[in-house]
Amino acid sequence: MSMVAEAPLKNAIPTDQELIDFVVREARLIDQQRFDEWLDLYADDAYYWMPLEWNQTDPRLTCSLMYEDKLLLSIRVERLKGARTFSQKPKSRCHHVLQTPQVDSRDPAANNYVTWTPMHYIETRMDEQTLFAAWATHHLGVENGRLKIKLKRVDLINCDAAFGNIQLFM
Amino acid sequence: MTRYAGNAAALRALVRDQEVHRDVYVSEEVFQLEMEHMFPNSWVYVGHDSQVPNAGDYFGTTIGTQPILMVRHTDGTVKVLHNRCPHKGTRITSETCGNAGKFFRCPYHAWSFRTDGSLLAIPLKKGYENTGFEQSHAASGMAPVRHVRNYRGFVFAKINDGGLDFEEFFGDSLSSFDNMIDRSPVGQLKVAGGVLRYMHNCNWKMLVENQTDTCHPMVAHESSAGTVVEVWKKAPPGTKKPMAVEIIAPFMSPYEFFENMGIRIWDNGHGHTGVHHSIHSDYSAVSGYFEKMTVAYGEERAKAILGENRHNTVYFPNIMIKGPIQLLRHFKPIAANKTLVESWTFQLVDAPDMLLERTLMYNRLINAPTSIVGHDDLEMYERAQEGLHSNGNEWVNLQRLYSPDEAGQTNVAVNGTSEWPMRHQFRAWTKFMTMGM
Ligand code: FES
Ligand SMILES: [Fe+2]
Repeated sequence: MSMVAEAPLKNAIPTDQELIDFVVREARLIDQQRFDEWLDLYADDAYYWMPLEWNQTDPRLTCSLMYEDKLLLSIRVERLKGARTFSQKPKSRCHHVLQTPQVDSRDPAANNYVTWTPMHYIETRMDEQTLFAAWATHHLGVENGRLKIKLKRVDLINCDAAFGNIQLFM
Repeated sequence: MTRYAGNAAALRALVRDQEVHRDVYVSEEVFQLEMEHMFPNSWVYVGHDSQVPNAGDYFGTTIGTQPILMVRHTDGTVKVLHNRCPHKGTRITSETCGNAGKFFRCPYHAWSFRTDGSLLAIPLKKGYENTGFEQSHAASGMAPVRHVRNYRGFVFAKINDGGLDFEEFFGDSLSSFDNMIDRSPVGQLKVAGGVLRYMHNCNWKMLVENQTDTCHPMVAHESSAGTVVEVWKKAPPGTKKPMAVEIIAPFMSPYEFFENMGIRIWDNGHGHTGVHHSIHSDYSAVSGYFEKMTVAYGEERAKAILGENRHNTVYFPNIMIKGPIQLLRHFKPIAANKTLVESWTFQLVDAPDMLLERTLMYNRLINAPTSIVGHDDLEMYERAQEGLHSNGNEWVNLQRLYSPDEAGQTNVAVNGTSEWPMRHQFRAWTKFMTMGM
């Protein structure tokens, strides 16, 4: 599938535009179901967090919709490829509409950059199409000249609603 | 067209020894009758009293589809009220939980009620003089659910006056609650961690049956648990097994594991899987916990409590608990083809936080709309809900390990892959459905 490959950072410290491009690219990789490339954007000790509670601060002793390390994320990616993954026969598809990510904080000394991205996410399977509204917060860092996700937090506007299956990644 | 209303014989004919008619899952009329008869005749789970710790605290939920309210009264007892204003029907509380203060006040015309439901005050009281108001339904306030039982913190209620009393209804099955609660060194649980809500487009009974269906995990969950096992195999030797792998991998255990684990049958549709061992048996020890339990109970008793590995205990009609990880799932019927699943988690008071952490991980890995294991199950229920509309065959088969003399037996442990629990749930279904008809 054609799309610009990830460009290495021009300098040791990423520019705002590079942070923004990274967040946009991440969403595109999900939409295009390039999950192995997507997983590669995550640092080895990264977490993907989707709180269950409005303004949740604790992922450990408060339940979350997702709080997954890279092992669990890779299991999800493998599962999506499986021949007997019945809930993905036929497969789901998804679509992100992002606002331009805002760079909330940059801390080169701590190698930590935080962006905030309001978005709509649509997931479809068979005749069903479901719309979710959310804010994505990315905590990014530079590793070997590339940006990596340390934490991606997805806050759904209706995080505590009763959902049916949400099968892919927001 | 009504086929079943007031027709106990027709309802009974839906349940045979080894099969049930699809109408128990797909007929809206049968569903309505469940709401009118089966749920009101049963002791139905309301909530845990730690959800309403202080006077005036309330929690709104349902018995079947009827809105009710659990509230801590001024005298410290927990009351269960129909959540309906006696004036014009307005639901009294808009939020699921909160504190009413000393009284409930209806948001429509400001009638107010004590926390036991009795009428406290009405604006323009004079307008009711000489109208015979004292004799009206309204004068008695918010109707209480008369039969309420708080069992070690777990609150159950029965709407109808008929039916069985609490002890008769549950019998020995309360031992699963006892075991879950005794896992706290002080014998106390607290709702903690938040509730996961998951909408299912299928009949509520498909979920209840599935709690004792031990022949599906290695098939339906090959996608999730099987992938976990495969991915984990590639980990470098010597890597410490992560908690997530400990939790998910046992779903892939072979048939033999489930056959040997056993199922226990009690009266009235209750029962549990995991008589000898279960998918919860091999979790790593949590440091400091056994020591605390030993101090509290003595070593022998502590071992006995923690040695119980009950997997799923079904309390008919619509909850399941998992003692070893302090989790309760509530299958709330909404329509014949729609069910809300709430998964509640509990903290063992005075036990290490790590236990709650594991419970919450289990909950989000297995029971969340964003889980993977849950996806496998829901896909099967929804396919069944659709497939049952086929006229090719109107019957659902529940025959595995059937024996003609099983009907009257209770408190027996049988082969863990038997469909006896499901047959047994349907015997209870018929009983409470037609009771008083
Ligand atoms: S409806 Fe409640 S006071 Fe009128
Ligand atoms: Fe399952």
